[in-house]
Amino acid sequence: MAENPQKLAARPLSPFVTIFRWPITMATSIVHRATGVGLAGGLLVLVWWLVAAASGPEAYGFFIDIVQTTLGQLVLFGFAWALAFHAVNGVRHLAWDLGYGFTVKTADLTGIVVIVLSLVLAIGVFVLAYTGHGGYYQ
Amino acid sequence: MSLETPLHKAQGMGSAHSGVSHFWKQRVTAVALLPLALWLAISALGLIGASYAGVLTFLNNPVNAVLMAAFVLIGLYHMVLGLQEVILDYVPHPGFRFFLMLVNYTFAIALAAASIFALLRIVGF
Repeated sequence: MAENPQKLAARPLSPFVTIFRWPITMATSIVHRATGVGLAGGLLVLVWWLVAAASGPEAYGFFIDIVQTTLGQLVLFGFAWALAFHAVNGVRHLAWDLGYGFTVKTADLTGIVVIVLSLVLAIGVFVLAYTGHGGYYQ
Repeated sequence: MSLETPLHKAQGMGSAHSGVSHFWKQRVTAVALLPLALWLAISALGLIGASYAGVLTFLNNPVNAVLMAAFVLIGLYHMVLGLQEVILDYVPHPGFRFFLMLVNYTFAIALAAASIFALLRIVGF
């Protein structure tokens, strides 16, 4: 058994993330974690907005100036999509916790629904915003 | 020979009675955050282009102030639980893991304190 250690060492390792073609369920699981971690930054920005509002018009204007840049808008869209994905996929997780949707076919289908719905929600909010349908709390 | 402490043996709970608490808190905060996130999205959309005075008026409304505090605080709680899970999964070094756990809690408590202070100041205490 131990006569040729070199041969043993050359045996293939178990497959890992970089080898698999990602199944839908694996992708949504990883993205759920990633969006969760990213949304910690979203909370930081939300609290920055609150503190800026409490600090006075100058601090608030500074916040708005940064948010209105192209980069700021891209980051905001990222947070909007992350929140949409994490919320919608969170409902999927809650359904699993209750014992529903465990067959491969259903899990794949709900995964696609989550991806599409999160994009529709995030893009929808920004389309509403850019077509002048926001701003009803003036 | 048992490795259990006498107290642990007397309580007779094994490893149970705290094992699901993290899981359960994560789910309860998740359910609470669903309607709050919807409210936040509707509010953010409504505040686009609002003047500074308009934002203060919005946050001075007690319903909005309470819902905002609820979203931030429950969100931070949910965040602490989630980041803790990520840290415990991916950071093998005990010292660095402990450090990141402290960062996690410090970040959450700092943001919680700042948001409460900001809201109280806006509401006019």
